[in-house]
Amino acid sequence: MSARSHGHPDHGFFHPVPSEITPAEVYAGRRQWLRQLAAGTGGAVLASWAARDALAQAASSPARPGKLAALPGTRSAVPGALVMDKPTAYADASTYNNFYEFGTDKADPARNAGKLQTRPWTVSIEGEVKKPGVLDLEALLKLAPMEERIYRLRCVEGWSMVIPWVGFSLAELIRKVEPTGNAKYVEFVTLADPKQMPMVGSRVLDWPYVEGLRMDEAMHPLTLLAFGMYGEVLPNQNGAPVRLVVPWKYGFKSAKSIVKIRFTDKQPGTAWNKAAQQEYGFFSNVNPEVDHPRWSQATERRIGEDGLFAKKRPTLMFNGYGSQVASLYAGMDLRKFF
Amino acid sequence: MHRAVLNRVLLHPAAKPLLWLLCLVPLAGWVWGGFHDRLGANPAETLLRGTGAWTLRFLCVVLAVTPLRQWSGLNALARWRRMLGLYAFFYSVLHFLAYAWLDMGFDPAAVVQDLARRPFALVGFLAFVLLVPLAATSFNRAIKALGAARWKRLHRLVYAIALLGLLHFFWMRASKHRYDEVLVYAVLIGGLLGMRLWRGMRTIPVLQGHDLSRTSRE
Repeated sequence: MSARSHGHPDHGFFHPVPSEITPAEVYAGRRQWLRQLAAGTGGAVLASWAARDALAQAASSPARPGKLAALPGTRSAVPGALVMDKPTAYADASTYNNFYEFGTDKADPARNAGKLQTRPWTVSIEGEVKKPGVLDLEALLKLAPMEERIYRLRCVEGWSMVIPWVGFSLAELIRKVEPTGNAKYVEFVTLADPKQMPMVGSRVLDWPYVEGLRMDEAMHPLTLLAFGMYGEVLPNQNGAPVRLVVPWKYGFKSAKSIVKIRFTDKQPGTAWNKAAQQEYGFFSNVNPEVDHPRWSQATERRIGEDGLFAKKRPTLMFNGYGSQVASLYAGMDLRKFF
Repeated sequence: MHRAVLNRVLLHPAAKPLLWLLCLVPLAGWVWGGFHDRLGANPAETLLRGTGAWTLRFLCVVLAVTPLRQWSGLNALARWRRMLGLYAFFYSVLHFLAYAWLDMGFDPAAVVQDLARRPFALVGFLAFVLLVPLAATSFNRAIKALGAARWKRLHRLVYAIALLGLLHFFWMRASKHRYDEVLVYAVLIGGLLGMRLWRGMRTIPVLQGHDLSRTSRE
């Protein structure tokens, strides 16, 4: 057979022998195979190839859990907004939480957050902006079209999840409130109501819980103002009714149940940095090469995925969002500014 | 209940096997949970934390035997001290296995590197290592070979082990600012060790001047 016609789609037609016919299961499973490759089981090099190739394939969108009010979103077109990793089971994502206001055990937030009143809810916009004010939740929900984004979430403790959030880029809100030239940082404040939150009376952390981002981090398209997950509104324990999600940083940077967003020229004093300066930095970018003082950050356990006896998976630089965010930190010493 | 009656109940031939079974309940819970996917979202963490908690608890129980016996006069309790001590060791082995296998994938180089980097883990490992000679000399032949005085001195290591275990737990929880559970164990262990210290001081005649204490030594 000539080289030109052999296997070339434009040159002639070969009857395939039956043994060449792809088995039905393999054909049906090709997206799964691509997804697995993209998730890294095929090795780092293959993974990036598969990720690019598989971008056209739909990242799996889990079905609505049917527990809370629906909050649909259209699949985001922002680069990096839809990871190929398999989303975590809703049961795990909504019962394994760090939300110290409701207790320090992982099961406490789901148990105790029932008291949280998410309506009426307002977010106060303050500081270095031309349009400060108080926005109620309804206004926020209408601010920009809701998108579905599937993000990795890496906790500083060494576990991770994949959550399909619903929300829009924080940048949409920021543009509407018109920050002045003095706005170098954005500060986020969580609700701290001792009547609704049992631990706010304790001294486990400085209340209210404060987090912050540099202006360029806040304006990045991947920085998400989230109102829902899994196609529904946020459960209380996940930071209802509105929270921040910054996927390339450790999870504690993603402040929950936000009541105030303040634009400032000074770096905000963030909760965990105030609690333990040596351990939790302002930036807290996910970085397998910079250890936490008490444990390594080189590996992580993906909740619901990695088998009990399987070795932990390697942590990715910037939680795998390097192509989208590394430029924000060009030239910065990531060990010094951890 | 009348002390003598209670003592007889505790001396019943079924009492020790029953206690032996009871001590296995935490392990049974994990095995059952493992098969029924009830170990939570992070099973490795559940097992690591659970085995650690029960090691500490059994250490507390062991340390409580003698004070309880002395206070209640129920001498039958003395028979159980060895078994409870061995169970503390047993759960510490499970705790170390959970760490070395589930966390570190049985990679010896990784374990060494990790212990070097994490003081709290190193302290825990030290406590575990110190438990080994105690477990190894818990059998009658070992007691005879060592002799009562030497055996007693060796097994006083359990005080250091309990304190190291507490430090291990405290240090781990400190970076998450979670001190409440640690406080409970600190009060328990502090109390149980403090009791011995107080007793020890009371029975040293020199400290009391000319007064020879009438309370018996342990």
